[in-house]
Amino acid sequence: MSEAVMVSTKVNGDVVEFACPTDEVLLDSLRDRVGVTGVKEGCGTGDCGACSITLDGQLVCACLVLGVEAGGREIGTVEGLVEDGQLHPLQEKFIEHAALQCGICTPGFLVAAKALLDNNPKPSETEIRYALAGNLCRCTGYDKIVRAVQAAAKDMRKSSSRSKKR
Amino acid sequence: MQVSLNGALRSGAGGAASIEIEAATIRELLTKVVERYPDMSEYLDRGIAVAIDGVVFRDDWNQSIPQGAEVFLMPRIEGG
Amino acid sequence: MAHDNSYTGQKFEVVGNRFIRPDGVDKVTGKARYGADASAPGQLVGLVLRSPHAHATIKKIDASKAEKLPGVKAIITAEDLPDLTGGDRGMADILENCMARGRALYDGHAVAAVAAVDAQTARQALKLIKVSYKKLPHVTDVDKAMKPNAPVIHDWIITGGVDPKPAKPSNIANRTQMGHGDVETGFAEADVIIERSYKTEQTHQGYIEPHACLASVNPDGTAELWVTTQGPFTYRTVCATLLGLDIAKLKVTSSEIGGGFGGKTHVWTEPVALALSRKANRPVKLVMTRDEVFRASGPTASTSIDIKIGATKKGVITAATLELRYQGGAFPGIWAMLACMTGFACYDIKNQRSVGWDVIVNRPKVAAYRAPSAPMAAYAVESTMDIVAQEIGMDAVDFRLKNVAKEGAQAPYGPLYGPIGIEAALKAVKKHPQMRAKLKKNQGRGIACGFWFNIGGQTCVDLNVGTDGTVSLAVGTVDVGGARSSLGMIAAEELGISYDEVKVHVADTASLGHNDTTEGSRGTFSSGMAAIFAARDAIEVLKGRAAKMLDVPVDAIVWENGQAKAVGKQHGNLPKLSLKEIAAKSPNTGGPIAGHNEVVADGAGMGFACHICDVEVDPETGLTKILRYTVVQDAGKAIHPDYVEGQFQGAAAQGIGWALNEEYVYGDDGRLQNPGFLDYRIPVCSDLPFIDTKILEIPNPNHPYGIRGVGETSIVPPLGAIGNAIADATGVRMNHVPMSPIRVLEALDQAATLEDQVSAG
Repeated sequence: MSEAVMVSTKVNGDVVEFACPTDEVLLDSLRDRVGVTGVKEGCGTGDCGACSITLDGQLVCACLVLGVEAGGREIGTVEGLVEDGQLHPLQEKFIEHAALQCGICTPGFLVAAKALLDNNPKPSETEIRYALAGNLCRCTGYDKIVRAVQAAAKDMRKSSSRSKKR
Repeated sequence: MQVSLNGALRSGAGGAASIEIEAATIRELLTKVVERYPDMSEYLDRGIAVAIDGVVFRDDWNQSIPQGAEVFLMPRIEGG
Repeated sequence: MAHDNSYTGQKFEVVGNRFIRPDGVDKVTGKARYGADASAPGQLVGLVLRSPHAHATIKKIDASKAEKLPGVKAIITAEDLPDLTGGDRGMADILENCMARGRALYDGHAVAAVAAVDAQTARQALKLIKVSYKKLPHVTDVDKAMKPNAPVIHDWIITGGVDPKPAKPSNIANRTQMGHGDVETGFAEADVIIERSYKTEQTHQGYIEPHACLASVNPDGTAELWVTTQGPFTYRTVCATLLGLDIAKLKVTSSEIGGGFGGKTHVWTEPVALALSRKANRPVKLVMTRDEVFRASGPTASTSIDIKIGATKKGVITAATLELRYQGGAFPGIWAMLACMTGFACYDIKNQRSVGWDVIVNRPKVAAYRAPSAPMAAYAVESTMDIVAQEIGMDAVDFRLKNVAKEGAQAPYGPLYGPIGIEAALKAVKKHPQMRAKLKKNQGRGIACGFWFNIGGQTCVDLNVGTDGTVSLAVGTVDVGGARSSLGMIAAEELGISYDEVKVHVADTASLGHNDTTEGSRGTFSSGMAAIFAARDAIEVLKGRAAKMLDVPVDAIVWENGQAKAVGKQHGNLPKLSLKEIAAKSPNTGGPIAGHNEVVADGAGMGFACHICDVEVDPETGLTKILRYTVVQDAGKAIHPDYVEGQFQGAAAQGIGWALNEEYVYGDDGRLQNPGFLDYRIPVCSDLPFIDTKILEIPNPNHPYGIRGVGETSIVPPLGAIGNAIADATGVRMNHVPMSPIRVLEALDQAATLEDQVSAG
C-alpha cells in the first residue's frame, strides 16, 4: 500500500492541508479528508460529471485527478459559489426554474455552468447543451436546467453591464 | 353478488372467471373467498386488490361494498 | 375523525402556483446530505466481493488470509446471514440476492463482504479472499431460457398458471392470462389482421447516486440505518426480518435521495452493511460503485413480445392479443403479469387476450422501473397500431380516437374505467401545433399513448403549529422530486395561510407511523391527502382555542382565510383571530396545537398520456436525432405545475434513452459487458431539445383536490412514439429496442436490399 503524502492546496479560497496515499483520487480527498461533500461521486470514471470542480479555473472531474496533484493549486467547488452570503445567479435561477428534482447532479452542473459563463457570457442554446454534455442528469431531461442557465446568463450580463456603466 | 376474478387469480378458484359471494365490506369478501376457495389464500398472501365500480382498493379492508357494485379481484400492483 | 376524500371542486388560492421549494438552497449549495454524505465516529468501510461468473457453484470461500490483514474488522458470507424468513419465499429470495447461498446466480452476485478501517485495506482484503467456483451452464436471453434444452436455473421452479402442472422444472416461473370477450370471433370479423414480434433489451433506472448506507448495530439489538431509499419503512421491515432484529429497535433515516425511479424500493447491500456492523461492532459505511449498481441492483426486464391486432376497414379494432415474455432475473417475478394489465389499457377492445410468461435467467434480480413492464408492452401495441392504421388508410391519431378507452370501458385487468383522460390527451395532441410543424427530408413524426396505475397506500402525517404561528409538516413519503413544495402548498391552502409559513420535512421511522414507499406515483397523492386531513384536524383544534379566547361556544366559530371568526348576530362584533394570534396564546389555552392523520389513501386514479415526437434519421449513420417532443398528460390537479412538468420531462427523457441507446450487453460468457455510464449511454444535454408539456386536469373524483399521480406514465409512450417517428422518416419499421444507430442502419440496409430485389425481379 502506498504511503501518505502531505498536500497543501486551496479550496474555494481557503488554504487546506491533508495527507493522502498517492493512489487516492482528489474526489475522495475532498470528501473524506477536507469535508467538502458537495462534490458527489456518481461513477468514479469521469463519465457523469457529478464530481465537477475547477482546478486553477479549468473544469475537471475530481475522480480523474489524484489528490496529490492538487498541491499548490486552487480548487473551486459548489461550496464556493455563494459570495457574501448571497446565492450566485446560477444558484438562484436553478431554484427559480425548478432545474433540480433530486438535486444530486446539481452541484456538478452549477460548477460546469459557471465555467461556461465565465468564458462565454452569451452562449446559444446549442453552446449551453454541449458545454453541459459532460454532466448527466436523470431526473429533469435537462429542459429546465438549460432555461435556468439562459436566465442566469441574462441576469449576469445585465448586472455586469450595470457595474461597467458606473 | 357476482365477484369477477382477474385472469391471474382464476386458478385459485378452480379456473372460474367469477364467483358468487355476499359481502358488505372488503374484509368480509376476502374472508368468505378464502373459506370457499382455500387455494385463494396463496394469492392473498402474494398481494390482492379489489376494484369496486372501477376504483382500485389495495389496503382498506374496511371499505364497504355498495349493493349492485361491480366487484373485481385483481393482483396488487406496485410502482417504480 | 372521519374524513371524506371526494373531490370538492373548490377554487384554490395557493395550489396551482409555482412556489420555491423549501430544500432548494441546501441542494444548490452542496449542503444537502445524500446516502454517502453521513459519517459516524469509528466507522469502517464496507466492500462487497462479487461473482465474476454468470452461474457457478461456490465450492469454498477461504477468507483466512484476508482476516489476518491489519485493519480488517469483519468478513461475512451467507453463513453470517442465517435464513430467518420462516418459509416466506419472497423474503428468502431477497436474502439470497443480497448474499449468494452456495451458488452464484449472475455476474455480480455478492458472495462475501468485508469491513475495514479504510478503503485501501478493504480493497486489499477483497483480493485476499479466495473463492473456488465450479462454473455451471448459464442462460441470459429470455427466449433461450424458455426452450426445452435450456439450463434449468432453479430445480424447484414448476411453472404456475399452467394446467396440467408440468412434470419437470424449467425457467418459466409463471403464466398469466387476462382478457375478455372472444378473440377468435373477433378476428373472424376483421378486414385487416396485423401480426408482429418485438424485442426490448434490459435497461437500468440510471439514478446518478449509487446505493449507499451507514449501518450501526449495537450489542443490545438496537440499530440505526442511514440510507438512500424510496421507502425507509419497507427497508426497516425487510432488514429487521433478515437480520432477526426487532422492527421497533431499528431506526431507519432516509437521506436525501439522488434518484430512485423504483430501483431504491428494494434492499441490495443494506442487510450486508448491517451484518458487517453487527460482527465488527462498529458503524459500517457501504457505498456501491457504479459498476456494482449496474451488475447487482435491480434493472428492468428484457422482453420478447408477439402481438396480433384485427380491425375493420372503418377502423374499429375487433380483436387483439399479446404474448409477453419477460425475464425477471435470477428469481421469480411478476413483471409479465404486470404487462398483461397495461398492454391494451388505452383502448376499448371488446375481444382481447394478454398472456404473460415470467421467466428466470442468469441476470440480476429485476426491480421496478417507473411504470414497470408498461413501456415494453406499449412499444409493441403503439407500433402495431400505426401499422394497422396505415394498412386501412387511417390517420394515426384518428384510429386511436376511434378505439379510445372512455369511462365505462373494460380495462385489460378487468374492472370498468371511471373518468379517465386518454381521449382528452389524444384530442389535445390532434390540436397541438407540433402536429403542423413542417417536416423535411429524412424527418418523421410519431405519436403514442401510455397508461400507468397510480397507487395510494398507507400514509400518515403530523402537522404542528408553533407558538409563532409557523407550521411544521412531517411527512413519511420520501421526496424524490420536489413534492415537499406541493405538500407545503396543500397545508397552506387548507389552513388559509401563506406558503412561506409552512415548513415540510421528511421524518424517520422512529418519529412517524408507517408510510408506504414512494412509488407508484403516490407521493403527492397520498401525503397530500393526509396533509389535507391533518390540516382539517388542526383547524378543529384552532377553532376550539378561538372559542375559548372569545368565550363563545365552539360551534359558533368558522375558519375562513386563515382566521377564526365568530358567526351569528350576537357574536358579530367580536374580532377575528388569525392562526398566529391563536398560536401565540396556545400555551394558555391548552398547549401545543397539532393535527394528525393516518389514512389509507385508496382510490388513486389512472395516469394517461399521449406524446408527439419529431425525429431526423441520418441515413449514413443510423443516428436518430429528436427534433421536437411534446408530452400531453392528465394530472388531475397540478399542485405545483413546475414539478408536474418536471416529471413529464424527466420520464420522457428516460423513455427516449431507452428507445434509442440504453441496453445491457451480455457476452457469451454471461457477463455484463457495459456496466458504466460510458457504454450504457443515457441521454445527455446535447441529445435532447426542449421538451414541451401540456398538463390536462381531469379531476380524480376520489381525492379532495382531484390529484392524480403523474410521476410514471410518461416513460411509457416514448418507445412507440419514436418507433413510429422513425417509420415515418425512413419507411422502415423497427422491432428491436433500443433502436440504436447500428440497428437502424441494419434495418435500412435490409430494406434497401429488399427494394433492389423487388425492382430487379
